[in-house]
Amino acid sequence: MERSFIAKNPSVLWFLLGLAGFTIVITILSEASGAALISTSFVKTLGKTLCLCLVAIAMDVVWGYCGILSLGHFAFFGIGGYAIGMWLMYARTEDIVIASLENATLPPTPDEITNAIGTQIFGVVGSSDFPMIWAFSHSLTLQLLAVALVPGLLALVFGWLAFRSRVTGVYLSILTQAMTLALSLYFFQNDTGLRGNNGLSGLQNIPGLEAVSQATLSLWFFWASAFALGVGYVLFAWITAGKLGSVIRAIRDNEARVRFLGYHVESYKLFVFTITAIIAAIAGALYYPQAGIINPAEIAPIASIYLAVWVAIGGRGRLYGAVIGAAVVSLMSSWFTGGKAPDINLGFYVIGWTDWWLVLLGLTFVAVTLFFPKGIGGLFDLLQPRKGDAP
Amino acid sequence: MRHTILALMILLGTALAASAQTLQSILQAHGEEIASPSRNSVGVALGDIVASGLPQTTDFLEQWAEKNVWQRDDGMFFIGAEGEGLLTLTDIDTGAQSADASAEYYQLKPNGGVRRVIGTALVQFQLLDPDLTRRETAVASIARRPEAAQLAPLMASIDGEVDADLKARKIQLANFLSARFAESPMNRIAAINSLATDTSVEARAVLNQILTKSPGVSDRAPDGNIAAILDPFIDPDRSYAALVAANLAPARQSAADIKEALEANIIGGRIADLPVAQMDDPANRAAAYAALAARGAVPTLVTDEARNAALSAHVFYELYATPNADITTAAATALASVETRVASAQAVDLTLDALSLASIFFLAAIGLAITFGVMGVINMAHGEFIMMGAYTGYVVQLFIPNYTVSIVVALPLAFAVTFAAGVVMERLVIRRLYHRPLETLLATFGISIALQQIAKNIFGTQARPLTSPDWLAGAFVVNDVIRISFIRIAIFAMALIFLALILYILKRTRLGLEVRAVTQNPGMASSMGINPNRINMMTFGLGSGIAGIAGVAIGLYAKVTSEMGSDYIVQSFMTVVVGGVGNVWGTLAGAAMIGFGQKGIEWLNPSNTLAAQTYMILFVILFIQFRPKGIVALKGRAAGD
Repeated sequence: MERSFIAKNPSVLWFLLGLAGFTIVITILSEASGAALISTSFVKTLGKTLCLCLVAIAMDVVWGYCGILSLGHFAFFGIGGYAIGMWLMYARTEDIVIASLENATLPPTPDEITNAIGTQIFGVVGSSDFPMIWAFSHSLTLQLLAVALVPGLLALVFGWLAFRSRVTGVYLSILTQAMTLALSLYFFQNDTGLRGNNGLSGLQNIPGLEAVSQATLSLWFFWASAFALGVGYVLFAWITAGKLGSVIRAIRDNEARVRFLGYHVESYKLFVFTITAIIAAIAGALYYPQAGIINPAEIAPIASIYLAVWVAIGGRGRLYGAVIGAAVVSLMSSWFTGGKAPDINLGFYVIGWTDWWLVLLGLTFVAVTLFFPKGIGGLFDLLQPRKGDAP
Repeated sequence: MRHTILALMILLGTALAASAQTLQSILQAHGEEIASPSRNSVGVALGDIVASGLPQTTDFLEQWAEKNVWQRDDGMFFIGAEGEGLLTLTDIDTGAQSADASAEYYQLKPNGGVRRVIGTALVQFQLLDPDLTRRETAVASIARRPEAAQLAPLMASIDGEVDADLKARKIQLANFLSARFAESPMNRIAAINSLATDTSVEARAVLNQILTKSPGVSDRAPDGNIAAILDPFIDPDRSYAALVAANLAPARQSAADIKEALEANIIGGRIADLPVAQMDDPANRAAAYAALAARGAVPTLVTDEARNAALSAHVFYELYATPNADITTAAATALASVETRVASAQAVDLTLDALSLASIFFLAAIGLAITFGVMGVINMAHGEFIMMGAYTGYVVQLFIPNYTVSIVVALPLAFAVTFAAGVVMERLVIRRLYHRPLETLLATFGISIALQQIAKNIFGTQARPLTSPDWLAGAFVVNDVIRISFIRIAIFAMALIFLALILYILKRTRLGLEVRAVTQNPGMASSMGINPNRINMMTFGLGSGIAGIAGVAIGLYAKVTSEMGSDYIVQSFMTVVVGGVGNVWGTLAGAAMIGFGQKGIEWLNPSNTLAAQTYMILFVILFIQFRPKGIVALKGRAAGD
């Protein structure tokens, strides 16, 4: 089964080989290996980029393959980040509190420890009580489950409601965007217990691994991200290949006809919507410990729009296209907005890329939509003029 | 104080008959008292001054209270103004001015208490002053700090009042004062009853003053005008704290107190024979504390049972400051009736608020109702057209300083600018993407991102003001509860005008006919000689132009920033979708539903507008599940599918 799947989809093998090669090269060049040709912060950037590639292929499956333009998948990504961030923040604050109470005259009671942690975490929003949603934050296992379950359930309920009512096309997009807006507004409130617009911070310090240097830690996260991307890629390639994949693509091309052929379209769409939401959340859970901070602005509707932009520029309906799009656009974004790109002096006006990059990106996006609907991935078709796996 | 007033009352009548003495001579008679007055003794001097009835008295009292009276070495008083080492002196009686640089003058600085007594005397005097402004000042000063002593002179001044407005105000104020201070309970109750229909904040304050109550606790049935007997077990800890504060029970030990007590009693690493290391268990801490208490080292722990017993043994009550029960009953009844009126006024106010929010949503969404609703083109840059309109208004104001003129210029100019932008966008982008709605959505996202960043590059990130003309600055005030700013009324009127305009264009003009024809069947329309390309361009331009005008209106009400468009885009789309695509009335219904819904949720939880927005969006998402076609759903062929 596995052999024939790989044999049918040679691009999967090439992708995995490329990813493995990339991982090995970065590992050798990193500070942790001693070569130190790449800084720790750049390893982190690359690790984060791999996570963005993972959420991009999830977006590609739900949009490029199934035709649901979801403007909510970056919200799932953010929820994953929040879920793991709650444990990171709780556990680390607990360590700090216990250390600070070590020399107290009386050994602290469990209540005193919990209160001290609460004051530490929620002091910024003028509270010290643990809200209900932090009930499981002490347990890594439960929070890891939450990473998958919370977005999964949310996607399941939302998708069930939406698909059942046959909300499709642009209406569905607007509805998912409304969901994202509602979520980000919810996270912004101080009294929902997620520290309002302060978000969660200090996530780069992993409790229990204080002894490990950030250089090594960044490499570990890089490996984990690469592994997750590889697994996600194979999973999605497997889903989109074969009969299941054919049905999913058929739904994209003509939903009514698939329904009349006797397929239960809603179930297929719900499956795709939910599984991609879970993968997006896992990507988020890997991303934010590398970023170190998460706040509600990260899940604002615009973030999900950028996700669609990456996939569109990279090329819809082909997984490697999404990876290329996410990697190229996000790395270029950080290059341009980081002030490293040389400004262009026109004599009468200096084009500063920190200001004009978004304009360029927006217009590029318009051009891609108008003239190159296949995106960067379409270039591969030119190299290989035969029927590929792209539609 | 009372002294002053009595003297004043008796002497007021005889004031006119006073002999032709000078004010200076009266002041000299009380020289010492005036030079260093005290609150209790200044009354006599004041009484004589006021009794003189001299016209210069008011001036003198005002200057005295403002520390502008100076005394010379020989005891004579002057009104003085200091300036550049020179003292300008005014004779108290003749008003003759002189200047003196010598240092033999001493400034009188009456303290706060004395100034208040002077003020009270002055107010009563000013109430009868021939100058209207002075009388108004006096009335305002009584309203600011009402005192029992002011009631009689205020009442006395009503009959002689010539100004009708001031007279009404004096009567109202006298009513407030009698409700609080009248001697006879009958008069007070009558005044209180008359307040039952007054929803003003002042009247409510008066009633609340009468109903001032203080909590109390006692071990037997309390005397006095009891407002309520309280149940101590609603908040037992707080009730117990009141007992402790009244010295009727021993203080309770908090967790921190217990910890402190334990820490203070560590002897050789043990507390009452228990090792300190075991103190991380709350049970062990309790045991250690109990052991310490048994030895008498610390006060006995007040357990929950002990607390409850103490609470049961005492009466908790609230006592009115006003001893007369009839008065407080009348006031409570009056207040209840006022509050019913206030509540209904608040409902009206909330409705007006909701109406103005709905008109903002409607204005933001109406352009979209044309491009998305009628044409079916999804334009994510619609919010940026709103922003362009607002910035057009801002730029116009840079060139035309007169706000009224600038708004008049800005409205058509904003329409022109966004109409042109819409036409360009339709020709370059949207025309190529008809029948590919998702693609249109993406391309217009790209445009939205680019436009937003361009605006940021040109105008910067900080908010720019779009100032409304003065005649729009105020508010329409019905009473103390219902008030609505003129700008919101203007936005409401504008929303109505646009509704009428668009209905007229779509239903009554040639363009509207052609638009509807092209929307329903472009092929057929084109074979009837209509140019669908031109019509689409015009329609899109119209929708965009209206967004521009809405931008000016919204800019007047909120700040102009490069991100203001994205604040409205999701809401606008929801307004159109909820209302029902393809129908302007639907957009109106959608805007009304979202506006009223959001204000309603806000009313349930006033502290949190973000929560209101969140729950409103959730409600809309659910609503669309059950009515996917919106409130006003098109039926039959017009529905398109």
